[in-house]
Amino acid sequence: MLILECPYCGVKAEESELHAGGEAHLKRFGPGSSDAEFHDYLFMRKNPRGVHFERWRHINGCGKWFHAARCTTTLEVFGTYSAQTLEPPQAIRDAVSAKRPGWSWRDLK
Amino acid sequence: MSDPVSALNGAAFSGIATVEEAGLAGMITLRGDLGSKGLGAAVKAATGVDIPTANKVALSDEGGAAWMSPDELLLMVPYTEVEGKLAALTEALAGEHALAVNVSDARAVFRLSGDGARETLAKVCPVDLSAEAFVAGQFRRTRMAQVAAAFWLDEGGVFTIVCFRSVADYVFNLLSNAAHPHSKVGVY
Ligand SMILES: [Zn+2]
Repeated sequence: MLILECPYCGVKAEESELHAGGEAHLKRFGPGSSDAEFHDYLFMRKNPRGVHFERWRHINGCGKWFHAARCTTTLEVFGTYSAQTLEPPQAIRDAVSAKRPGWSWRDLK
Repeated sequence: MSDPVSALNGAAFSGIATVEEAGLAGMITLRGDLGSKGLGAAVKAATGVDIPTANKVALSDEGGAAWMSPDELLLMVPYTEVEGKLAALTEALAGEHALAVNVSDARAVFRLSGDGARETLAKVCPVDLSAEAFVAGQFRRTRMAQVAAAFWLDEGGVFTIVCFRSVADYVFNLLSNAAHPHSKVGVY
């Protein structure tokens, strides 16, 4: 069972109270970008075994979108954080580093 | 004038807990900046209570306010006064980035009481309903089996449950089944 603490209302929500929103921190490629960039933006997603950054929505709750850093192998949650950011805050990255030294995810280390 | 009726006309069931449809309730969804003084004053004028803190409900004799999200409240007022309260609220919030809507007829309300109330609710919601974790004045939006719902606990140990009117029958049957006299688990 996956339990994520919603950073907006503080509720420790069980997975069935949440809606998965896929990979976090995608950079949008729209008008003016190349076909390859648009293709990658639209279809190419990370599916790592280990550290992952995702978007979640507290759908049966306060309704807000937020971010979560977790391990897809163990379901360990490193932390949840605001949706109003383009990359994980340092505190979250430190929390991941403490548990998974040497981790990497896309351009992040 | 048509005669408004609630979804289940006061249906009730008694088992390890008592489930009762509570009848018509005036409800206003209010979105805006909950830190705004003007909004706070408008809420106080409409309901008689101050804006509750996160995951809490503030109750008065006639109604109250529930914290729905960082920018949303559910205001409870007498059903017959909802239009007047809404008009006053809208006027008071002129110039604020806020929106108030009458949702009274889109909702159904249930009361859940008795010794088995916590257990009945815990069977259908992914929420810690132990006496230590869920205390009077607490408000929770969650999932009740397959539908969205919200509830609070008052000082008298009674849960008030709010759901969409379109699923009132589902929620009543769900709670009645969870409160079946032979279904006691005894976890709380
Ligand atoms: Zn939330």
